[in-house]
Amino acid sequence: MGVIFFLIGCSVFIALIFLAAFFWANKTGQHDDTYTPSVRILFDDEVEEAGSTPTERSEAS
Amino acid sequence: MIVSKTTQCYHCGDEVSHTAYEADGHAFCCLGCQSVYQILSSSNMQQYYRYNTHPGKKKTEASVRYEYLDEAAIADKLIDFKNDEISVATFYIPSIHCSSCIWLLEHLYKLHPAIVMSQSDFLKKQVNIRFKHTELTLRGLVELLVDIGYEPKITLQDVIKEGRKFSQKGLIAKIAVAGFCFGNSMMLSFPEYFGMGAFEARYSEFFGWMNLGFALPVLLYSGRDYFRSAWQSLRRKELNLDVPLAIGIAVLFVRTAWEVLSTSGPGFADTLCGLVFFLLVGRWIQERTYHHLSFERDYRSYFPIAVTRLGEGGAKPVPLADIRVGDRLLIRNNEIVPADAILLNGQAAIDFSFVTGESDPVRKVLGEIIYAGGRQTGEAIELEVVKAVSQSYLTRLWNNEAFKPYERNFRTFSNTVSRYFTVTLLGIACSVLAYWFLAGDGVRAWGAFTAVLIIACPCALALSSPFTLSAALSIFDKNRLYIKNTAAIEQLATIDCLVFDKTGTISSPSASRMRFEGSLLPHEWEMVRAVCKNSSHPLSRELVKWAGEGSSESLSLSEYREIAGKGIEAIVSDYRIRVGSASYTGAPGNEKGSRVYVSIDGEVKGCFLVAQPWRQNLGLVLGELAKECRLHLISGDNDKEKAQLCSIFPPQADLLFGRLPIEKMEYIQSLQAKGHRVCMFGDGLNDAGALKQANLGVAVSDDINNFSPGCDAILDGRSFVKLPRFFRFAKDVVKVIHMSFGISLAYNLIGLSFAVTGTMSPLFAAVLMPLSTVTIIGFTTVATHLYARKNQLIKS
Repeated sequence: MGVIFFLIGCSVFIALIFLAAFFWANKTGQHDDTYTPSVRILFDDEVEEAGSTPTERSEAS
Repeated sequence: MIVSKTTQCYHCGDEVSHTAYEADGHAFCCLGCQSVYQILSSSNMQQYYRYNTHPGKKKTEASVRYEYLDEAAIADKLIDFKNDEISVATFYIPSIHCSSCIWLLEHLYKLHPAIVMSQSDFLKKQVNIRFKHTELTLRGLVELLVDIGYEPKITLQDVIKEGRKFSQKGLIAKIAVAGFCFGNSMMLSFPEYFGMGAFEARYSEFFGWMNLGFALPVLLYSGRDYFRSAWQSLRRKELNLDVPLAIGIAVLFVRTAWEVLSTSGPGFADTLCGLVFFLLVGRWIQERTYHHLSFERDYRSYFPIAVTRLGEGGAKPVPLADIRVGDRLLIRNNEIVPADAILLNGQAAIDFSFVTGESDPVRKVLGEIIYAGGRQTGEAIELEVVKAVSQSYLTRLWNNEAFKPYERNFRTFSNTVSRYFTVTLLGIACSVLAYWFLAGDGVRAWGAFTAVLIIACPCALALSSPFTLSAALSIFDKNRLYIKNTAAIEQLATIDCLVFDKTGTISSPSASRMRFEGSLLPHEWEMVRAVCKNSSHPLSRELVKWAGEGSSESLSLSEYREIAGKGIEAIVSDYRIRVGSASYTGAPGNEKGSRVYVSIDGEVKGCFLVAQPWRQNLGLVLGELAKECRLHLISGDNDKEKAQLCSIFPPQADLLFGRLPIEKMEYIQSLQAKGHRVCMFGDGLNDAGALKQANLGVAVSDDINNFSPGCDAILDGRSFVKLPRFFRFAKDVVKVIHMSFGISLAYNLIGLSFAVTGTMSPLFAAVLMPLSTVTIIGFTTVATHLYARKNQLIKS
């Protein structure tokens, strides 16, 4: 059962990595704006085609 | 030609009354909207219109001049970062309101190649732009934003950046550490709670040491604010709720350390971590603020950044701070007089609506002093500064009284209770200690003493206020009453006296009513309409909207002239039409009241009366409020509307007119001296002193992003009707706090009954503490929402 010391050590170490990741995210301001990225990701990619206007594409999609 | 009434402007969604503005088959309501569309479509950015229909906003304010941004001294203050090639600037743009706005502001690089990157923050209504300043100046960038309808709000306060950065990052880090330790120590405590065999004793010792290791950062890092706060309150010879909390945390740690070191027990590490974690979450909830509203804006956000100074080298924009007594300033139409000054040249018609609430421009003759804060309407004037900006009338008014922190003049319920709580708790703990010592059981004496301090640690008590109030805060928020902080809600419940300002507060600037006195033939109506359509003056727009109906047959218009501050003139089918002030049209009337005269070929045909438009159901609202509070009206305006207001206000209300800002403040002081708890409703800087003086200052505004002076809450004008309900709900919220205090005290008593006998097990503490916390959170949330439903503030 001595392996339990090793396992607890491992689990605490991994948890500490996550804690450090959270600190890093917090420090670099990743929680500052919790709304805009959710909108941003839904914007369509730019398709630079000469012939197709945005309205046509929206009808096609 | 008949235009269907349902045609909406493709850009802003306003009704299109005539089809003069058209592009690519879309109709527009005005030139402004059309030009924004054309700029976007020429850069192939019609996508803007795909995410939302009518995403634009009509430009309402007259354009500002941005020459001052060419001044390096000013520009440098607005730019966050600059190197040889790239500049980074952050702008506050109030008109950000939908996903199309985000899309457009993040694709600015398509509009101008010099813009490298732009990123918007929807909640803060900010956009951060990285641009090549060698190709595009700051002024060019701002003007580009203005052109596409996103005018950044650049105020003096942006230049003097001080004390604006409020961050919860430190608190969040502390919560993360506490949560991490809580989870781990709870896991390590489970074996102990479920019972371990004798052969597992070496694990028990190991778990104990691990637990102690987890408790240490919680004590030293996460919980240190409680010790600091407790120490400060003791030095002030007060007892706030942090004192028993700090004692509880300290005792928990000492006893845990003792039990682990002496291998006499498992300790209370998980209870300690959980306690601090829940407390910090409560504090975080309490400190959450609205990013999109700034309560800290002061008079500086109203002032311009720069003014035009006339010197030897001609007119040159200079920063406001560099204005000295004796400087000659040039103030153009729609610009603000930044300092008290003497009029040297030009026709001054100063709109002091922001200072006094009076909407009619005040005429000044040469040599007269013009106080700071007025807005010139009409031609450019020349002024000589007689007082520095910091010494002027407005600034003095603002600085009249030091900012009032809540702690000083308002004791929250939890503050009051905590004094008695702490004394009682220490009393019980000491008598338990004495009792067991006298009984000759020293070990049990210390056990019981620490157990009492641990179990009675007022965690649930400390959480009941923040959770109830933050739930209430979000309900107020949904109903468009934005309250600065949680303490202000408790304040709201105690109010027994209401003071209203008139202009902009009980009258709504957006819903003005018009009346025409005189006679006009139908075709004359058409002509007046045609003339007014060409003007961008708010009154002309109002007039066109009001006169709305009629054929849109275009009449030929020539010799159109607009004289700012006076009126407009044009020749329509051989008639000379003048619309404007009495003196301009040659009408005999006085200049009192908002009147717009019409003359045709020199003959005065009558005038439009702009009646003070009262807010919807004003009488009803006031009648209901009068049941519980005394009502007062105090206005800077003259008493021309007294008779009308007397019929709206309940008979016992006091109506005062023609009061100076300082008198408003003194009036509130005198009410407070009589023992009333006063709530002031106002807007405008002239109310700032009164709003600050009142126990609760509420700024009523139709545009919540506007400047709101020294207030504790901002009420959206549309929610004015809900005022009586707001007051009732605030009282109910305080009731919920009292009830939840009762519940948490009951938990404490149950815990105490075990603790005094010295038989409290760590498991018992570990269960009771989270259980009471969860009960409190659940109860306050549910009860607050039930009361909100009762007061019809949320739909069932």
